[in-house]
Amino acid sequence: MTDQPSVGLFVTCLADLFRPTVGFAAAKLIEDAGCRLEVPMAQTCCGQPAYNSGDRKDARALAEQAIEAFDGFDYVVAPSGSCAAMLKKHYPGLFKGDARWEARALAFSAKVHELVSFLTDVMKVEKVESDFAGTVTYHDSCSGLRELGIQAQPRKLLSSLPGVRLAEMKNSDVCCGFGGTFCVKYPDISNAIVEKKKATIGETGADVLLAGDIGCLMNMAGKIKREGGRTEVRHVAEVLAGMTDAPPIAGK
Amino acid sequence: MQITTPNFKENATRALGDAALQKALKNVEIGFIAKRLAAADALPEFEALRDNARDIKNHTLAHLDLYLEEYEKKVIASGGHVHFAETAEDARAIILDICRKRNAKTVTKGKSMITEEIELNDFLEKNGITPVETDLGEYIIQLRGETPSHIIAPAVHLNKDQVEADFRRVHTHLPPERDLSQHEALLNEARQVLRQRYFEADVGITGANFLIAETGSSVIVTNEGNGDLTQTLGKCHVVVASLEKLVPTLNDCAQILRVLARSATGQDMSVYTTFSTGPKRADDPDGPEEYHVVLLDNGRTAMLGTEFQDMLRCIRCGACMNHCPVYHAVGGHAYGAVYPGPMGAVLTPSLSGIEVGGHLPNASTFCGRCESVCPMRIPLPKMMRHWREREFEKHLTPSAARYGLKFWAFFAKRPKLYRAAVSVVMPLLSVLGGTSRRISSLPLAGGWTKHREMPAPEGKTFLQAWAEKQAREGGR
Repeated sequence: MTDQPSVGLFVTCLADLFRPTVGFAAAKLIEDAGCRLEVPMAQTCCGQPAYNSGDRKDARALAEQAIEAFDGFDYVVAPSGSCAAMLKKHYPGLFKGDARWEARALAFSAKVHELVSFLTDVMKVEKVESDFAGTVTYHDSCSGLRELGIQAQPRKLLSSLPGVRLAEMKNSDVCCGFGGTFCVKYPDISNAIVEKKKATIGETGADVLLAGDIGCLMNMAGKIKREGGRTEVRHVAEVLAGMTDAPPIAGK
Repeated sequence: MQITTPNFKENATRALGDAALQKALKNVEIGFIAKRLAAADALPEFEALRDNARDIKNHTLAHLDLYLEEYEKKVIASGGHVHFAETAEDARAIILDICRKRNAKTVTKGKSMITEEIELNDFLEKNGITPVETDLGEYIIQLRGETPSHIIAPAVHLNKDQVEADFRRVHTHLPPERDLSQHEALLNEARQVLRQRYFEADVGITGANFLIAETGSSVIVTNEGNGDLTQTLGKCHVVVASLEKLVPTLNDCAQILRVLARSATGQDMSVYTTFSTGPKRADDPDGPEEYHVVLLDNGRTAMLGTEFQDMLRCIRCGACMNHCPVYHAVGGHAYGAVYPGPMGAVLTPSLSGIEVGGHLPNASTFCGRCESVCPMRIPLPKMMRHWREREFEKHLTPSAARYGLKFWAFFAKRPKLYRAAVSVVMPLLSVLGGTSRRISSLPLAGGWTKHREMPAPEGKTFLQAWAEKQAREGGR
């Protein structure tokens, strides 16, 4: 057992609160990849809402909390490009000028990975097992795409599933309009952006919309279902883990 | 211009309901992006050129004082004049003085965002001088009494039929039955009307894309040649530029030119790239008798040494707004400031104060597409976040957001309390989702549910369910 890398699952607040299925799917994928998984109970949120609202003090307090909660793991893995980017790319900057914490944050951030890219790039997973069958389309969430370079990895694992057909949407790399607090601060603009996204998703004729970030998925699912769309919405980990028994996000 | 940034939300809502604007904005979303991508892909060294362009400007900004001195010396040596203007007011006074000394009645203008920033046209008119915009887009919006909605395509918010209506309204000396159904007809008409104005002009005012310290030259890039006529046919050429347009050498300028047009319009080079060094010399066949450079600061030196210094690398290509989903949705006028889009969201608070410009750095999803295409690699989202920090520090963040954030952070910083709270709240919220698994309206979540359903949480939180599973399996 000891030669297995240890992974702390940073489940993310949205998966924890809204979509536990994603946490279980992530756990299965990480364990199937040959890792020893633990879920620290002292985790809450990465602090991104505070950070992006200009509240560095609370952001830093939450960063310290997360760094301490995940002390000692070989890897810290999150099923979200956005939260993983916060942990990996933004934490060290919060401690500028505090040498001890900055060094600790840098050591921590080096261990952080987004779930799907962790599977493919670190654990060298080539294929996953899942009975899921259907046509899917994949939205590239912004933070994962632009801050962590996640684009090929989910497509690679999806293509390893015999039952899955990927129908790419136009502009899959364009923002869905979620933007964290943006979507409630500027609801009309956010709506205009997600309307365009909904149209490009609809054009693919896919049964299921997938992405790697629950915030974006909740936004797109909420819009699709408000307008009576039939596309189901799930986190990519649910399909990769074959855990699609739970109703889709925002229902059928 | 009247800064309406504090009304950004209302401006945006109006823009979203403006069918003509929405139709025009499609051109930004489709045209510019594909062209830039093709141009960038066609040049294997494009990414390296971006690094290089960034480094050149960083170096210049680090030694701005030295290069400014060198530049001034070279302009004077070539027979020109340099005027330093600390504020917009100073710049206007300097320009008026130059115009008055030439007894100017008409000035032609090449496209210049700096003259928009200093609100030059209104000022000249109030002082009895007629400014004539010669860039087609600028000419159109001048006829309409509007400001630019885009830094390189000022009339991009308009459709052809609107322009045709304006030309018929203003060009009453032309036969009303003329055919203006084609784009080219509009172009030719504007060209004919403007041609005479160049000859009438006493002074020609242009902006500058670059100022070169090594030679004292100013550089403009245009696609219509209007800037060249403006600066060579007038008897006096006034360049109005902000300090950060400076580059050390001709070679540096040439290097940045390689990323400018590609990022802006997807052209390898703009049609005209014109270098002006001083007035007409004794043996020159033509050119202006006087050459002036008005160097505007207007808050820029105050950005040096701060977290906003990188913004001074901007070469005004417009790629950030061309790729911005917020700009695509609402267009440039909604920003209510001189500079729209992501670069405007950083620059406007620098120029007008965060108290006035606060909405703009907030109205971003932080999707990062702007930074990914910026030829100067300006970290725009990061700087917008810095503005949010300044806003938060000054207690300018709206109180509902501030208290909401503090309430949430109070729990998030106390994991045990947080666990206790969410393990009660989430199952309740889940029940509200009923069999549909979604919630159509929720108190305090109106911003979300106005346009979309709230997905119902599954029930127990993950950590709760995980702990129970671990207990069932006897722990691992």
